[in-house]
Amino acid sequence: MSEVKKVDGVEGDFTVTVKKSPRYIDMDKCIACGLCAEKCPKKVDSEFNMGLDKRKAAYILYGQAVPLKYAIDGENCIYLQKGKCGACEKYCPTGAVNFKDAAEEVQIKVGSLILSPGFKPFDPTVFDTYDYAHIPDVVTSLEYERLLSASGPCMGHLVRPSDHSEPKKIAWMQCVGSRGFNKCDNGFCSSVCCMYAIKQALVTAEHTTGDVSQTVYYMDIRSHGKDFEKYYVDAEKKGVKFLRARPHTLIPGTDGKGVKLRWVDDQSQEHYEEYDMLVLSVGLEAPKDARVLAEALDIKLDRYKFAETGSFAPVTSSRPGVYVAGCFQSPKDIPQSVTEASSAAASAAIALSSARGSLTKEKTYPPEIDVTSAEPKIGVFVCSCGINIAGVIKVDEVVEYAKTLPGVVFVENNLFTCSSDTQVMIAEKIKEHGLNRIVIAACTPRTHEPLFKDTLREAGINEYLIEMANIRNQNSWVHAKEPEKATEKAKDQVRIAVAKAALLCPLEHISVNVVQKALVVGGGLSGMIAALGIADMGYETVLLEKSNSLGGNAMKLIKTWKGEEIKPQVQAVIDKTQSHPRIKVYKNATLKSAVGSVGNFVSEVEANGETLAIQYGVGVVATGGSELKPAEYLYGHDKKVKTHQEFDALLESNDASVKNAESVVFIQCVGSREPGRPYCSRVCCTHSMESAIALKKMNPDMNVFIFNRDIRTYGLREDLYTEARKLGVIFVRYEVEAKPTVALDGGALYVTGMDHILRRPLKIKADYLVLASAIVPNQTKELVELYKCSVGAEGFLTEAHPKLRPVDMSVDGLFLAGLCHYPKPIDEAVAQAQAAVSRAGVILSKSVMPLDSIKSAVTDKCDGCALCVDTCPYNAISLEVYEDGGKEHKRIATDKALCKGCGICMATCPKRGVNVAGFTMDQISAQIDTALAGF
Amino acid sequence: MAANTLGSVMVVGGGIAGIQTALDLADSGYYVYLVEKSAAIGGVMAQLDKTFPTNDCAM
Repeated sequence: MSEVKKVDGVEGDFTVTVKKSPRYIDMDKCIACGLCAEKCPKKVDSEFNMGLDKRKAAYILYGQAVPLKYAIDGENCIYLQKGKCGACEKYCPTGAVNFKDAAEEVQIKVGSLILSPGFKPFDPTVFDTYDYAHIPDVVTSLEYERLLSASGPCMGHLVRPSDHSEPKKIAWMQCVGSRGFNKCDNGFCSSVCCMYAIKQALVTAEHTTGDVSQTVYYMDIRSHGKDFEKYYVDAEKKGVKFLRARPHTLIPGTDGKGVKLRWVDDQSQEHYEEYDMLVLSVGLEAPKDARVLAEALDIKLDRYKFAETGSFAPVTSSRPGVYVAGCFQSPKDIPQSVTEASSAAASAAIALSSARGSLTKEKTYPPEIDVTSAEPKIGVFVCSCGINIAGVIKVDEVVEYAKTLPGVVFVENNLFTCSSDTQVMIAEKIKEHGLNRIVIAACTPRTHEPLFKDTLREAGINEYLIEMANIRNQNSWVHAKEPEKATEKAKDQVRIAVAKAALLCPLEHISVNVVQKALVVGGGLSGMIAALGIADMGYETVLLEKSNSLGGNAMKLIKTWKGEEIKPQVQAVIDKTQSHPRIKVYKNATLKSAVGSVGNFVSEVEANGETLAIQYGVGVVATGGSELKPAEYLYGHDKKVKTHQEFDALLESNDASVKNAESVVFIQCVGSREPGRPYCSRVCCTHSMESAIALKKMNPDMNVFIFNRDIRTYGLREDLYTEARKLGVIFVRYEVEAKPTVALDGGALYVTGMDHILRRPLKIKADYLVLASAIVPNQTKELVELYKCSVGAEGFLTEAHPKLRPVDMSVDGLFLAGLCHYPKPIDEAVAQAQAAVSRAGVILSKSVMPLDSIKSAVTDKCDGCALCVDTCPYNAISLEVYEDGGKEHKRIATDKALCKGCGICMATCPKRGVNVAGFTMDQISAQIDTALAGF
Repeated sequence: MAANTLGSVMVVGGGIAGIQTALDLADSGYYVYLVEKSAAIGGVMAQLDKTFPTNDCAM
């Protein structure tokens, strides 16, 4: 409940004046029991639910709020406004209500500031012809999001506002408050609305009963992110209709329910269509108080009131020491926001590296209670996951069933077992009931097991005394149509988990010494930025480049979409990299081997014919990508047909044949968005726009055509599309089933396509044909095999989580940046490389790092047969010789840092000579026995 | 750049970007002040039902 008012000082030593608004609740005393809200008589529109329902003047924003402490809304509180009431104060059991609380200003000294104030959803009331204010069943996308949410006003069972009936026919209208100057001056594309509309259309089917019809009215579908295009194609296959139109008028439906929509198709034909409900896909504007914040911080904003940044320092504001991240920088999706967040963290961390650790201390846990020999007292927590689980599985039945299982002494159901209030509650229950083994029946351990483990440690028991039953991903999500069987399966899953939990033992904490050095693979712009960042934080860095020069693709480009010259900037980065005292650059280098794990990797590198060994704690992979050489449109057969990079070289050389060209044609999506390469290459639309504008500025009489399927100039790049249209560039749409054709006639090149407005063939003589060809990842097969990291179907390296860990790789201690992850422009590549710096810095900042305790270990039954030594995929097992009774014996030994606990050794061993802690043969046998008990 | 550099950072805005920034910095040895205007952190992502393209629950 605080805001920044003023910032004095300079980078490294700012004094920030922060205004803290009164909460009227003492955070130390509040136990979040909710009595204040229950007794409060004043109802207020809930901002969290977009005004679709009410909260009280004493409130929490949402059930899983952090911190989970109530607040009193002073503007609406009856006591604070009129001096009467005080019900909350009377009923609060801890005396936490404090009406005398007052606003205060505090001064805080910091070295850097990072601004991430978010965005403001566009308010569609300015569009009078949409009549959003008066048609109840016309909602904004954020309102719709709340209607779908299990924690929303209709508990996830979608109903329309007018009569609370379930809508069967729903439409989405795109670009409301984006890509338009008429009513809103928002010339930009909001980048995310196409995707969220497709998502909403798809998940609507899960929130309704029976058949539902979904139609999306759009101008261009912009599914330009990783795996987005496949999602779009899948939505079409699942029956979501996509209609290219911008409806102009909405009128109330019959009896004021639903909505009638008027739209005009390509052929000027007017259509009327009635829907039960319509969602306005509202855009993302700069935050409401952007100007106030910019003034307080003394930073510059752009024409749309987003923070001004440059492509080579995408999170650096105009004031040194002040950084920006997320939608305040420009509208963007979650992974991009998270990437920028880490990027901003890296920028601040580099600037303040001399003071690292000066103001922090390590987290400590209470001493661990030894429960090794204690009788199992198992606690089972069954999660509803909103409606994700409870919408299919009868969780109360599962709870009752769990109570009957051996060793179980406590069972409870939670709306969200992962929420922070539940963590506090779990820790309390552990102490209260002396629980010493915990079963969480919820989602996959990949998502939240670390959180639950931390909760166990907080409660004073070993964090490995937990077992999860995945009743969501492996049950409710896949058996949504068979709820009864799903409930039975959930019981089985819980019983199996309980059987294992009873045999769980505390595991010893182990750690590795971190080699505080980094290896960066790839010397393109992303690789160099990563190496520079890590080195600037103070760590030694080795940079490998397979060719004989640094710079990669960036050295082939002319200008960024913001108009900055690329080559001089990249050259400066190259010079800085090569002269940095903590960076060792190896050119003509290849990675030959990789052993070890996070904190301690060792690789053999071959560089200029020599082999050397490198030891490092973290690695950044930035192996890049390249422009596809097309196999169509006469590419390679006629030299007038060029790729973007080839045409850029011509443009740069001021070639007279370009200057004097009468006509230049661009074809988009060459090799992208096709079955063999089902992704959008993200940068090509913007690139064509830049080239087309350059041509029109060079020679306004030149005819410039762009054949396209959808124009995807996302974000503020939309301004380039607008400019190109103003300059007279002609856009011709084609469908993938009817691509333009290219033919030579007497040495002249002709492009023929169907004009989508005239519905007539269009034959254009082209002096140049530029193919916006796909970006393909560079070969990473060897690297993937060396590190055993994951890679997607199209050859792009896979991140650990598409939303929340967009630069971490599947292997701990490895990070990725640039085109090896997905096609992206320079500003995004730089942001991702800086984000990799931050993520790497988290590991490098510690000299000792704790490891997971799930490791294999020899048992006394091992006779040294060495079968497991060969099968271990991580080379973690070796043979050792020991003496017993005067005789020499052999047995295996595990390198704990290399072992991933995969269990192949245990499965291979014929004698039970090796066990994986946390997955012992006894534990697995118990699970199998109970699973098969009924058969 | 100040002569006496401080090892603390202020993050303004507690949505997903602000939270990630704060976590990264705190995990690498900096003291973080997270300033949020409303009564809880989480921002817009906490309001979303699911996220594309994996349909993961946003909460």
